[in-house]
Amino acid sequence: MVEWTDFERETIKSIFGKLDYDDVGLAALCRCLVVYPWTQRYFGNFGKLYNADAINANPMVAAHGKVVLNGLDKAVKNLDNIKGTYTELSVLHSEKLRVDPDNFRLLADCLTIVVAARMGADFTAEVQAAFQKFLAVVVSSLCRQYH
Amino acid sequence: MSLSANDKANVTAIWKKILPKSDDIGDQALSRMLTVYPQTKTYFAHFADLSPGSPQVRKHGDVIMNKIDDCVNHMDDLFPYLSGLSDLHATKLRIDPANFKILAHNLLVVVAAYLPNDFTPEVHLSVDKFLQQIALALAEKYR
Repeated sequence: MVEWTDFERETIKSIFGKLDYDDVGLAALCRCLVVYPWTQRYFGNFGKLYNADAINANPMVAAHGKVVLNGLDKAVKNLDNIKGTYTELSVLHSEKLRVDPDNFRLLADCLTIVVAARMGADFTAEVQAAFQKFLAVVVSSLCRQYH
Repeated sequence: MSLSANDKANVTAIWKKILPKSDDIGDQALSRMLTVYPQTKTYFAHFADLSPGSPQVRKHGDVIMNKIDDCVNHMDDLFPYLSGLSDLHATKLRIDPANFKILAHNLLVVVAAYLPNDFTPEVHLSVDKFLQQIALALAEKYR
């Protein structure tokens, strides 16, 4: 079981409490698709992804960004059982969507950078450590059902 | 994943804004790396004080960042330019090259926090590629 300090719990809830999920979801997914263009392989049916502006304006990217953030919200609300919370999602990503788990890490890094941009100086090293620990647990839980 | 003309232009442009804050950014990036990825502290056992903002950490952040700043002027000859440093890292420091990616990530986080409006996805892509090229050049002599 993951051990969370009080600081980590407070920090994670505080960060997500302040995020606009629509804004950050789109920004993080857009950044991932631009910075790591091979991730576009999973979004063949999304239509226009040919440059950063097209990706940013694409309503399917925005919708999916929101789905991802709401998925993370489930983990925030179940910090003591992220593994169990994500069992089905892990099976989905492995067996149906067939996403290379390394991509979870790439999206996590992009989300960290977007949150850093939103929070500025408030995104201290300790806050970053707590946030990245949370994302690492999320990524690990999503990887669990890959066989 | 070599640098296109567009990448070089993006890096040059954003570095004009990074340079005035270069020392702070370098210090922050190194401090963050040591806090968020504690395994990196293993390379600094010879530092008396590894807490964020400590004089040794600040100084070392400056050293690294100054060199990265210089690399902006050497994007066309990065590998020859960094040849000596590559020897140093390969034979004396022997830092696992995976750590170059870790430091790069923390540098990107700090730049995003300092320059949120300038650090667009396209600029992020170019800077990420630039840092990756530096990492490759540094690892060139490893084996």
